[in-house]
Amino acid sequence: MTEQVQPLEEAPPQSRLLGRLASVDRWWLLVLAAVGLIFLLVKASPHPYEEIFNFLTDGIVMTLQITLTSFIFILIVGMFGGLGRLSRSWLIKGIASLYVEVIRGIPLLVQLLFIWFAMPQIFEKIGYLLMPYWPNAGQWFIDLKLQPFSAAVLGITICYGAYMSEIFRAGIQSIHHGQMEAARSLGMTYVQAMRYVILPQAVRVILPPVGNEFVTLLKDSSLVSVLAVADLTRRGREYMSRTFLSFETWTMVALIYLVLTLTFTRLTSALERRMSLGQRR
Amino acid sequence: MEKEGKGSSQKMIEIIGACKSFGRVRALIDVTMHVNRGEVVVIIGPSGSGKSTLLRCINHLEVLDSGTIIVDGIPLTDEKTNINAVRAEVGMVFQQFNLFPHLTALENITLAQRVVRKRSKEEAEHIAYELLKKVGIPEKAHAYPMQLSGGQQQRVAIARALAMQPKIMLFDEPTSALDPEMIKEVLDVMLDLAREGMTMVVVSHEMGFARAAADRIIFMDAGRIIEETTPEELFTAPKHERTRQFLSKILH
Repeated sequence: MTEQVQPLEEAPPQSRLLGRLASVDRWWLLVLAAVGLIFLLVKASPHPYEEIFNFLTDGIVMTLQITLTSFIFILIVGMFGGLGRLSRSWLIKGIASLYVEVIRGIPLLVQLLFIWFAMPQIFEKIGYLLMPYWPNAGQWFIDLKLQPFSAAVLGITICYGAYMSEIFRAGIQSIHHGQMEAARSLGMTYVQAMRYVILPQAVRVILPPVGNEFVTLLKDSSLVSVLAVADLTRRGREYMSRTFLSFETWTMVALIYLVLTLTFTRLTSALERRMSLGQRR
Repeated sequence: MEKEGKGSSQKMIEIIGACKSFGRVRALIDVTMHVNRGEVVVIIGPSGSGKSTLLRCINHLEVLDSGTIIVDGIPLTDEKTNINAVRAEVGMVFQQFNLFPHLTALENITLAQRVVRKRSKEEAEHIAYELLKKVGIPEKAHAYPMQLSGGQQQRVAIARALAMQPKIMLFDEPTSALDPEMIKEVLDVMLDLAREGMTMVVVSHEMGFARAAADRIIFMDAGRIIEETTPEELFTAPKHERTRQFLSKILH
């Protein structure tokens, strides 16, 4: 039935374009306002704001690196997690469901602390257990030290992958089962049907929640500051402990986060619009 | 497979003792029938009589609880059978069309050709254009399904199934979801196919089509085949009381 809903919106092209410009512009103004405020602070009182901003630049780059790297892995984990939860094999389904349920029940901060502080001990134990039988592997585990960056990406991926799995599952389930039947009746395998018929449609459905997850992730990435990763939040703390300028520092940090999140919110909704237009072309 | 050796036999589809239940509902009870090469068989019956289930079993969209289905000499119930290979030889047209909404009409028709039949883009598109011409809408090649009327969508769906060059075509109430004025354009395409000698199994209550094209009509009720006869006999002298009741309701 999917193809019968959504009649074409036949608005005159001109007014549609104007409407789009208007709705886009209004929200980009908020981004501009936030950027303008930062600019104003930096120019009006370079002491301390320009200094704070320069000190934080590394942190901005790190926050973006962590977020973008994790997000790529999250999408991969989410896709397989979502497919796993819909698997007909009870083993795969069981593993995927257990992963989602357990991980969603533990706060991200606790997961990060676990990976950073508890995992090395686990690796060491495994290493000593393996030592008598397979010395090379044992030594490899004992020497295994996660870098702060990798630990942060790993922790975020495991946690957000669980939420993303649920988004993918819901997206795939939202596609009418007739689509799968039609694809299979043409002789396609399950994997081919998923790849060419179901997932391309599911992606359009899940784009809004996925964009939402991205923005949430951008904010939650501030939690990695506990792992000695010099992200935006950590740089803010460093600056504050050096100068005790709490108000000025955290105002600047908050404004930068705001600019980042507002920008990405705008970008995802622009992408959504383009995708839905593509289907209607 | 012994496809070649057995393929030349008369029987294109053979169903022996098919049983299928959904929970407590018994959809098929010991159904035995066959369809010969080039034959057009129309299945009628009240809703819930198991006619759609029977059709879906031929395509293995539903799996039998017991019994055997042999399609062109290949038993579907055999574990060694490659179901996807059999399905590629059996085209199916659905009540709700089930076109892929994210693809144009042309892409709908070329997708399986390229993915399953491994045809080149040019070859697949050539075949697709020929089929769109055959079903009467060559100008809609680049339209998306939601830009097409129901009748046009169903004709694209028929073209999509035909692109696989199937040996059998299954139609599951192909006109039930259509507005009355669009039914004829779909039935005309089906009539053409029947004249060309395609083996067809059609679940439908379009008695005009049955009269014009069917070699045999099967009447089903409550999961069983009640009567199996020619169109002339069915309309003039149905043997069973249940068939008579049903016909009196659908023929006004």
